[in-house]
Amino acid sequence: MSCSRMENRILPYVDGRLKEGERRDVEKHLATCAACQLRVNEFRAVNVLLDEMPVIEPSAAFDIRMHARVAAEPVKQSWWGWFAPSPRVVLAASMLLLATVWMGSRPADSSLSAVDIDKINQNMQVLENYDVISDFAPLSELPQPVQADDADANSNQTM
Amino acid sequence: MLDAKAGDEQSFALLLHRYRSPLVNFLYRMVRNREQAEDLAQEVFIRVYRAREEYVPSAKFTTWLFRIATNLALNSLRDNRYQRMEISLDAPITVDAEDGDEKTIDVAEKHPNIEQHLVEEARKKMIRHAIDKLPEKQRAAVLLHKYQELDYGEISKILQCSESALKSLLFRAYETLRVELAPLVAQQARQ
Repeated sequence: MSCSRMENRILPYVDGRLKEGERRDVEKHLATCAACQLRVNEFRAVNVLLDEMPVIEPSAAFDIRMHARVAAEPVKQSWWGWFAPSPRVVLAASMLLLATVWMGSRPADSSLSAVDIDKINQNMQVLENYDVISDFAPLSELPQPVQADDADANSNQTM
Repeated sequence: MLDAKAGDEQSFALLLHRYRSPLVNFLYRMVRNREQAEDLAQEVFIRVYRAREEYVPSAKFTTWLFRIATNLALNSLRDNRYQRMEISLDAPITVDAEDGDEKTIDVAEKHPNIEQHLVEEARKKMIRHAIDKLPEKQRAAVLLHKYQELDYGEISKILQCSESALKSLLFRAYETLRVELAPLVAQQARQ
Protein backbone atom coordinates (compact mmCIF):
# COMPACT_ATOMS: atom_id res chain seq x y z
CA MET A 1 0.00 0.00 0.00
CA SER A 2 1.28 3.47 -0.91
CA CYS A 3 1.36 6.44 1.50
CA SER A 4 -1.24 8.30 -0.60
CA ARG A 5 -3.70 5.42 -0.16
CA MET A 6 -3.13 5.65 3.58
CA GLU A 7 -4.72 9.10 3.73
CA ASN A 8 -8.31 7.87 3.96
CA ARG A 9 -7.34 4.99 6.23
CA ILE A 10 -5.26 6.60 8.96
CA LEU A 11 -8.13 8.14 10.91
CA PRO A 12 -10.41 5.08 10.66
CA TYR A 13 -7.40 3.05 11.82
CA VAL A 14 -6.83 5.37 14.79
CA ASP A 15 -10.57 5.14 15.59
CA GLY A 16 -10.53 1.35 15.30
CA ARG A 17 -13.23 1.56 12.60
CA LEU A 18 -11.40 -0.40 9.90
CA LYS A 19 -12.41 -3.86 8.81
CA GLU A 20 -10.08 -6.67 9.78
CA GLY A 21 -8.51 -7.03 6.31
CA GLU A 22 -7.98 -3.28 5.91
CA ARG A 23 -6.48 -3.05 9.37
CA ARG A 24 -3.94 -5.76 8.54
CA ASP A 25 -3.01 -3.91 5.30
CA VAL A 26 -2.51 -0.65 7.20
CA GLU A 27 -0.37 -2.31 9.87
CA LYS A 28 1.74 -3.98 7.19
CA HIS A 29 2.38 -0.54 5.65
CA LEU A 30 3.07 1.10 9.01
CA ALA A 31 5.69 -1.50 9.79
CA THR A 32 7.72 -0.27 6.84
CA CYS A 33 6.84 3.47 6.74
CA ALA A 34 8.11 5.68 9.55
CA ALA A 35 6.36 8.80 8.17
CA CYS A 36 2.91 7.19 8.25
CA GLN A 37 3.63 5.68 11.67
CA LEU A 38 4.50 9.18 12.94
CA ARG A 39 1.30 10.55 11.48
CA VAL A 40 -0.72 7.81 13.19
CA ASN A 41 0.88 8.75 16.51
CA GLU A 42 0.20 12.44 15.94
CA PHE A 43 -3.44 11.82 14.98
CA ARG A 44 -3.81 9.82 18.18
CA ALA A 45 -2.36 12.78 20.09
CA VAL A 46 -4.82 15.16 18.39
CA ASN A 47 -7.64 12.81 19.40
CA VAL A 48 -6.53 12.92 23.03
CA LEU A 49 -6.22 16.73 22.94
CA LEU A 50 -9.76 17.05 21.59
CA ASP A 51 -10.98 15.18 24.66
CA GLU A 52 -9.89 18.16 26.74
CA MET A 53 -12.61 20.35 25.33
CA PRO A 54 -15.07 21.15 28.12
CA VAL A 55 -18.61 19.84 28.03
CA ILE A 56 -21.33 22.35 28.81
CA GLU A 57 -24.80 21.73 30.19
CA PRO A 58 -27.85 23.51 28.79
CA SER A 59 -28.94 26.34 31.08
CA ALA A 60 -31.81 25.90 33.52
CA ALA A 61 -33.95 28.18 31.37
CA PHE A 62 -33.48 25.98 28.32
CA ASP A 63 -36.22 23.47 29.18
CA ILE A 64 -38.63 26.16 30.35
CA ARG A 65 -38.19 28.13 27.15
CA MET A 66 -38.46 24.97 25.09
CA HIS A 67 -41.72 23.85 26.70
CA ALA A 68 -43.14 27.36 26.31
CA ARG A 69 -42.27 27.37 22.62
CA VAL A 70 -43.80 23.94 22.07
CA ALA A 71 -46.96 25.01 23.94
CA ALA A 72 -47.18 28.11 21.74
CA GLU A 73 -47.09 26.03 18.58
CA PRO A 74 -50.45 26.06 16.76
CA VAL A 75 -52.30 22.76 16.87
CA LYS A 76 -52.14 21.24 13.43
CA GLN A 77 -55.45 20.03 12.01
CA SER A 78 -55.10 17.40 9.34
CA TRP A 79 -57.23 17.25 6.21
CA TRP A 80 -59.20 14.49 7.85
CA GLY A 81 -59.96 16.94 10.62
CA TRP A 82 -62.44 18.61 8.31
CA PHE A 83 -64.52 15.47 8.42
CA ALA A 84 -64.51 15.25 12.17
CA PRO A 85 -67.87 16.83 13.06
CA SER A 86 -68.22 19.24 15.91
CA PRO A 87 -70.97 18.54 18.52
CA ARG A 88 -73.07 21.47 17.31
CA VAL A 89 -73.03 20.24 13.73
CA VAL A 90 -73.91 16.72 14.83
CA LEU A 91 -76.87 18.02 16.85
CA ALA A 92 -78.16 20.21 14.00
CA ALA A 93 -77.82 17.39 11.46
CA SER A 94 -79.62 14.95 13.77
CA MET A 95 -82.50 17.37 14.33
CA LEU A 96 -82.85 17.93 10.59
CA LEU A 97 -82.86 14.20 9.92
CA LEU A 98 -85.48 13.55 12.58
CA ALA A 99 -87.70 16.32 11.20
CA THR A 100 -87.42 14.89 7.68
CA VAL A 101 -88.27 11.38 8.84
CA TRP A 102 -91.23 12.66 10.87
CA MET A 103 -92.63 14.67 7.95
CA GLY A 104 -92.23 11.72 5.61
CA SER A 105 -93.94 9.29 7.95
CA ARG A 106 -97.08 11.47 8.40
CA PRO A 107 -100.32 9.96 6.80
CA ALA A 108 -101.58 11.65 3.62
CA ASP A 109 -104.21 14.42 4.06
CA SER A 110 -107.63 12.72 3.59
CA SER A 111 -110.01 15.51 4.68
CA LEU A 112 -111.62 15.88 1.20
CA SER A 113 -115.08 14.40 0.84
CA ALA A 114 -116.20 12.16 -2.04
CA VAL A 115 -118.26 15.06 -3.50
CA ASP A 116 -115.19 17.37 -3.57
CA ILE A 117 -113.15 14.73 -5.28
CA ASP A 118 -115.94 14.24 -7.87
CA LYS A 119 -115.97 18.01 -8.57
CA ILE A 120 -112.21 18.09 -8.99
CA ASN A 121 -112.43 15.23 -11.46
CA GLN A 122 -115.04 17.10 -13.52
CA ASN A 123 -113.02 20.30 -13.53
CA MET A 124 -109.95 18.36 -14.41
CA GLN A 125 -111.50 17.58 -17.80
CA VAL A 126 -112.01 21.33 -18.43
CA LEU A 127 -108.48 22.13 -17.39
CA GLU A 128 -107.07 19.49 -19.69
CA ASN A 129 -109.13 20.89 -22.58
CA TYR A 130 -107.88 24.38 -21.79
CA ASP A 131 -104.32 23.15 -21.91
CA VAL A 132 -104.91 21.71 -25.38
CA ILE A 133 -106.74 24.77 -26.72
CA SER A 134 -104.25 27.32 -25.32
CA ASP A 135 -101.48 25.77 -27.37
CA PHE A 136 -103.62 25.01 -30.48
CA ALA A 137 -101.79 26.74 -33.37
CA PRO A 138 -104.73 27.20 -35.85
CA LEU A 139 -106.56 29.27 -33.25
CA SER A 140 -103.79 31.88 -33.21
CA GLU A 141 -104.29 32.45 -36.96
CA LEU A 142 -107.95 33.46 -36.51
CA PRO A 143 -108.76 37.24 -36.66
CA GLN A 144 -108.80 38.94 -33.31
CA PRO A 145 -112.26 39.30 -31.80
CA VAL A 146 -113.69 42.85 -32.10
CA GLN A 147 -113.86 44.69 -28.80
CA ALA A 148 -117.30 46.13 -27.75
CA ASP A 149 -116.02 49.76 -27.53
CA ASP A 150 -114.51 49.59 -30.98
CA ALA A 151 -117.80 48.22 -32.44
CA ASP A 152 -119.74 51.16 -30.97
CA ALA A 153 -117.31 53.70 -32.44
CA ASN A 154 -117.59 52.14 -35.89
CA SER A 155 -121.38 52.28 -35.82
CA ASN A 156 -121.37 56.03 -34.82
CA GLN A 157 -119.07 56.90 -37.73
CA THR A 158 -121.37 55.21 -40.23
CA MET A 159 -124.30 57.09 -38.88
CA MET B 1 -39.60 9.59 17.36
CA LEU B 2 -42.33 7.35 16.03
CA ASP B 3 -44.23 7.76 19.29
CA ALA B 4 -43.78 11.53 19.09
CA LYS B 5 -45.07 11.32 15.53
CA ALA B 6 -48.19 9.60 16.83
CA GLY B 7 -48.82 12.70 18.90
CA ASP B 8 -47.35 11.48 22.16
CA GLU B 9 -46.13 14.67 23.85
CA GLN B 10 -44.31 12.68 26.51
CA SER B 11 -42.19 10.97 23.86
CA PHE B 12 -41.18 14.35 22.53
CA ALA B 13 -40.20 15.37 26.05
CA LEU B 14 -38.04 12.23 26.24
CA LEU B 15 -36.37 13.09 22.94
CA LEU B 16 -35.70 16.57 24.25
CA HIS B 17 -34.21 15.22 27.45
CA ARG B 18 -32.00 12.71 25.63
CA TYR B 19 -30.62 14.94 22.91
CA ARG B 20 -30.60 18.46 24.33
CA SER B 21 -27.15 18.18 25.90
CA PRO B 22 -25.34 16.62 22.87
CA LEU B 23 -27.09 19.07 20.60
CA VAL B 24 -26.28 22.17 22.66
CA ASN B 25 -22.64 21.03 22.95
CA PHE B 26 -22.37 20.38 19.22
CA LEU B 27 -23.85 23.77 18.38
CA TYR B 28 -21.76 25.51 21.02
CA ARG B 29 -18.60 24.06 19.51
CA MET B 30 -19.79 25.09 16.07
CA VAL B 31 -20.78 28.69 16.80
CA ARG B 32 -18.69 29.38 19.93
CA ASN B 33 -21.45 31.24 21.72
CA ARG B 34 -23.49 29.60 24.42
CA GLU B 35 -26.59 31.76 24.09
CA GLN B 36 -26.65 31.37 20.35
CA ALA B 37 -26.07 27.61 20.67
CA GLU B 38 -29.12 27.30 22.92
CA ASP B 39 -31.22 29.42 20.55
CA LEU B 40 -30.21 27.21 17.65
CA ALA B 41 -30.86 24.03 19.66
CA GLN B 42 -34.36 25.32 20.42
CA GLU B 43 -34.90 25.98 16.75
CA VAL B 44 -33.78 22.42 15.94
CA PHE B 45 -36.25 20.93 18.43
CA ILE B 46 -39.08 23.15 17.22
CA ARG B 47 -38.43 22.01 13.65
CA VAL B 48 -38.41 18.39 14.81
CA TYR B 49 -41.68 19.02 16.67
CA ARG B 50 -43.29 20.64 13.63
CA ALA B 51 -42.11 17.93 11.28
CA ARG B 52 -42.99 15.01 13.56
CA GLU B 53 -46.05 14.04 11.53
CA GLU B 54 -44.12 13.99 8.26
CA TYR B 55 -41.15 12.09 9.75
CA VAL B 56 -40.30 9.02 7.69
CA PRO B 57 -37.94 6.65 9.47
CA SER B 58 -35.77 6.14 6.38
CA ALA B 59 -32.69 7.32 8.25
CA LYS B 60 -31.61 7.18 11.86
CA PHE B 61 -33.17 9.86 14.02
CA THR B 62 -29.74 11.17 15.07
CA THR B 63 -28.81 11.64 11.41
CA TRP B 64 -31.96 13.69 10.83
CA LEU B 65 -31.49 15.68 14.03
CA PHE B 66 -27.85 16.57 13.41
CA ARG B 67 -28.52 17.33 9.78
CA ILE B 68 -31.00 20.01 10.84
CA ALA B 69 -28.56 21.24 13.50
CA THR B 70 -25.59 21.34 11.10
CA ASN B 71 -27.55 23.22 8.45
CA LEU B 72 -28.76 25.76 11.00
CA ALA B 73 -25.26 26.22 12.42
CA LEU B 74 -23.67 26.63 8.99
CA ASN B 75 -26.35 29.12 7.93
CA SER B 76 -25.95 31.03 11.15
CA LEU B 77 -22.17 31.21 10.77
CA ARG B 78 -22.52 32.37 7.19
CA ASP B 79 -25.09 34.97 8.08
CA ASN B 80 -22.74 36.20 10.78
CA ARG B 81 -25.73 37.24 12.83
CA TYR B 82 -23.98 36.81 16.09
CA GLN B 83 -20.70 38.30 17.10
CA ARG B 84 -18.33 36.17 19.06
CA MET B 85 -17.71 37.36 22.54
CA GLU B 86 -14.21 38.68 22.85
CA ILE B 87 -12.27 38.07 25.97
CA SER B 88 -11.28 41.31 27.50
CA LEU B 89 -7.72 41.40 28.72
CA ASP B 90 -8.95 43.29 31.76
CA ALA B 91 -11.62 40.75 32.60
CA PRO B 92 -11.12 38.53 35.64
CA ILE B 93 -10.36 34.87 35.13
CA THR B 94 -13.62 33.03 34.66
CA VAL B 95 -14.54 29.37 34.24
CA ASP B 96 -14.88 29.88 30.54
CA ALA B 97 -14.88 33.48 29.49
CA GLU B 98 -16.07 32.60 26.01
CA ASP B 99 -19.08 30.81 27.44
CA GLY B 100 -20.41 34.12 28.60
CA ASP B 101 -20.45 32.92 32.20
CA GLU B 102 -20.14 35.80 34.60
CA LYS B 103 -19.16 33.60 37.50
CA THR B 104 -15.60 34.19 38.64
CA ILE B 105 -13.93 31.21 40.15
CA ASP B 106 -11.68 31.22 43.14
CA VAL B 107 -8.49 30.02 41.56
CA ALA B 108 -6.69 29.53 44.82
CA GLU B 109 -9.47 27.32 46.16
CA LYS B 110 -9.92 24.98 43.20
CA HIS B 111 -6.38 25.04 41.84
CA PRO B 112 -3.65 25.08 44.46
CA ASN B 113 -1.18 25.69 41.68
CA ILE B 114 -2.21 28.83 39.82
CA GLU B 115 0.52 28.34 37.27
CA GLN B 116 -0.80 24.86 36.48
CA HIS B 117 -4.29 26.26 36.10
CA LEU B 118 -3.10 28.94 33.71
CA VAL B 119 -1.24 26.34 31.66
CA GLU B 120 -4.40 24.21 31.44
CA GLU B 121 -6.45 27.23 30.39
CA ALA B 122 -3.90 28.11 27.74
CA ARG B 123 -4.03 24.52 26.40
CA LYS B 124 -7.83 24.57 26.21
CA LYS B 125 -7.76 27.93 24.52
CA MET B 126 -5.24 26.72 21.99
CA ILE B 127 -7.32 23.63 21.21
CA ARG B 128 -10.46 25.74 20.94
CA HIS B 129 -8.81 28.16 18.57
CA ALA B 130 -7.44 25.33 16.46
CA ILE B 131 -10.97 23.93 16.08
CA ASP B 132 -12.34 27.42 15.37
CA LYS B 133 -9.82 27.92 12.60
CA LEU B 134 -11.07 24.88 10.71
CA PRO B 135 -13.29 25.59 7.71
CA GLU B 136 -16.93 25.21 8.79
CA LYS B 137 -17.62 21.92 7.06
CA GLN B 138 -14.40 20.36 8.36
CA ARG B 139 -15.28 21.59 11.84
CA ALA B 140 -18.72 20.01 11.63
CA ALA B 141 -17.17 16.75 10.43
CA VAL B 142 -14.66 16.67 13.31
CA LEU B 143 -17.31 17.47 15.92
CA LEU B 144 -19.74 14.85 14.64
CA HIS B 145 -16.96 12.29 14.38
CA LYS B 146 -15.17 12.99 17.62
CA TYR B 147 -17.87 14.09 20.06
CA GLN B 148 -21.06 12.55 18.73
CA GLU B 149 -19.24 9.37 17.70
CA LEU B 150 -21.40 8.99 14.63
CA ASP B 151 -20.22 6.53 12.00
CA TYR B 152 -18.91 7.65 8.64
CA GLY B 153 -22.14 6.73 6.87
CA GLU B 154 -24.23 8.91 9.16
CA ILE B 155 -21.85 11.89 9.01
CA SER B 156 -21.70 11.72 5.22
CA LYS B 157 -25.51 11.84 5.11
CA ILE B 158 -25.57 14.81 7.49
CA LEU B 159 -22.98 16.70 5.46
CA GLN B 160 -24.46 15.48 2.18
CA CYS B 161 -21.26 14.08 0.74
CA SER B 162 -19.88 10.65 -0.08
CA GLU B 163 -18.12 8.55 2.55
CA SER B 164 -14.90 8.83 0.59
CA ALA B 165 -15.21 12.64 0.48
CA LEU B 166 -15.91 12.67 4.20
CA LYS B 167 -12.77 10.62 4.98
CA SER B 168 -10.76 13.03 2.89
CA LEU B 169 -12.41 15.99 4.68
CA LEU B 170 -11.57 14.50 8.07
CA PHE B 171 -8.02 13.75 7.04
CA ARG B 172 -7.48 17.38 6.01
CA ALA B 173 -9.06 18.59 9.24
CA TYR B 174 -6.82 16.38 11.38
CA GLU B 175 -3.80 17.48 9.36
CA THR B 176 -4.67 21.13 10.12
CA LEU B 177 -5.20 20.34 13.80
CA ARG B 178 -1.92 18.42 13.90
CA VAL B 179 -0.06 21.46 12.55
CA GLU B 180 -1.94 24.03 14.65
CA LEU B 181 -1.45 22.03 17.82
CA ALA B 182 2.11 20.93 16.99
CA PRO B 183 3.64 21.86 20.39
CA LEU B 184 0.88 20.08 22.29
CA VAL B 185 0.90 17.14 19.88
CA ALA B 186 4.65 16.68 20.33
CA GLN B 187 4.22 16.89 24.11
CA GLN B 188 1.34 14.42 23.98
CA ALA B 189 3.21 12.03 21.68
CA ARG B 190 6.11 11.89 24.14
CA GLN B 191 3.85 10.77 26.98
